[in-house]
Amino acid sequence: MYAFDYVKAGSVSDAVAALGDEAQPISGGQTLIPTLKARLAMPSKLVDLTGIAELKSISVSGGVVKIGGAVTHGAVADSADVKGAIPALASLAGHIGDPAVRHRGTIGGSVANNDPSACYPSACLGLGATIHTSGGDIAADDFFQGMFATALGEGQIVTGVSFPVPEKAAYMKFVQPASRFALVGVFVSKGAGGVRVAVTGASESGVFRWSAAEQALAGNFSASAVPSAPSSDGMIGDLHGSPEYRAHLVSVMTKRAVAAC
Amino acid sequence: MPKVSMTVNGETVSGDVEGRTLLVQFLREHLGLTGTHVGCDTAQCGACVVHVNGDSVKSCNVFAAALDGASVTTIEGMANADGTLGVVQQAFQDHHGLQCGFCTPGMVMTAADLLKRNPNPTEAEVRAYLEGNICRCTGYHNIVKAIMAAAANMSGAKVAAE
Ligand SMILES: Cc1cc2nc3c(=O)[nH]c(=O)nc-3n(C[C@H](O)[C@H](O)[C@H](O)COP(=O)(O)OP(=O)(O)OC[C@H]3O[C@@H](n4cnc5c(N)ncnc54)[C@H](O)[C@@H]3O)c2cc1C
Ligand code: FES
Ligand code: FES
Repeated sequence: MYAFDYVKAGSVSDAVAALGDEAQPISGGQTLIPTLKARLAMPSKLVDLTGIAELKSISVSGGVVKIGGAVTHGAVADSADVKGAIPALASLAGHIGDPAVRHRGTIGGSVANNDPSACYPSACLGLGATIHTSGGDIAADDFFQGMFATALGEGQIVTGVSFPVPEKAAYMKFVQPASRFALVGVFVSKGAGGVRVAVTGASESGVFRWSAAEQALAGNFSASAVPSAPSSDGMIGDLHGSPEYRAHLVSVMTKRAVAAC
Repeated sequence: MPKVSMTVNGETVSGDVEGRTLLVQFLREHLGLTGTHVGCDTAQCGACVVHVNGDSVKSCNVFAAALDGASVTTIEGMANADGTLGVVQQAFQDHHGLQCGFCTPGMVMTAADLLKRNPNPTEAEVRAYLEGNICRCTGYHNIVKAIMAAAANMSGAKVAAE
């Protein structure tokens, strides 16, 4: 790992002020530290967000669950408030990686990183969440812009995510057992905004909404209404699964998610 | 260089560390606590698991500088005050929960974390909690047996005390 300066920010404004060029935020470090070890990133300075009290709270009010950017997966999984309002979200968080990863990894880091196989981006898109950033609020539909790409501005940080509470929702993850990420994961919800179906792990363009399934389910919310596999064009192919295999799993996992709603 | 101060196995320690110093380096190289092992150095195997403020964490995947003020427990802190093995450690010995022993510190720390949260886990819950701890020797059966036995011994001890 290359050497760098390390500063602990005490507030969001501190963090933003410390994030000049070549500096990078670090939250749980569960993705960034392996990246630094592999020398795939070379920041001159890391700005630690985990000491910022305002990023560490969970609140539920007015039909919205708001989770601070530095809240760990473990804290979301254990939160009675989240379990009560959106059990599918608590369960998603409780199945990320393993216990030790969940004790450090955070929602802000996961959303900002937008790994094409990560779990949280599908919940954000599948629930129609709002991503709060130091530069303003961005709808999830506009935030995720392809593999590892987001609408987050230069030098800005994710401060939290607000999830509208749906009527019902479920996340089904087909685990890639070596990495523990999703080989394919599907988040389905039905609520005031209609039916949403968000797919992670499958597409070369990262998390996406499967609109054909959303339309079919809007008329008939049952597993039998889920369309057969979408086109495998643009799906990820690797040693764990071909594009066709992943496309097939998209339909299977959507059916399972609808059945679990 | 950031200065860190933390409590490790009940003792206050402090020192200057580089930003890039990992917790496991701080424990092994600065403090000489070599019970915590590095298996993969990529957050996959769990050999390096320690407790930070009571939660299991992979010490190869966290910077020491991030933990100023934290309370850390390593495998060296798991023995009883008189030096005899703690309940989880003793169960691993009794049930042959190890062969080469390389994964054992991490297994014991993860098991202790589980039993604190869930004192009477099912076998399936034990296996699920060990998701991030890899053992190349045992095939896991005796590790699971040891943890189930530790759970039973702990609740037995509680009943005896009451
Ligand atoms: C063994 C293992 C298994 C895993 N399994 C899964 C899984 O099943 N599903 C899953 O979804 N994930 C999984 N992960 C990833 C894990 O969830 C990470 O915690 C997460 O992707 C990143 O969060 P972090 O807080 O650790 O971020 P970090 O590693 O600290 O940062 C990641 C990136 O985001 C940036 N960043 C961090 N916080 C912010 C912020 N608030 N604002 C702006 N930028 C920020 C950093 O600069 C960096 O580029 C796994 C990781 C490991 C090691
Ligand atoms: S050495 Fe830390 S997880 Fe393998
Ligand atoms: S006992 Fe050898 S790795 Fe587990």
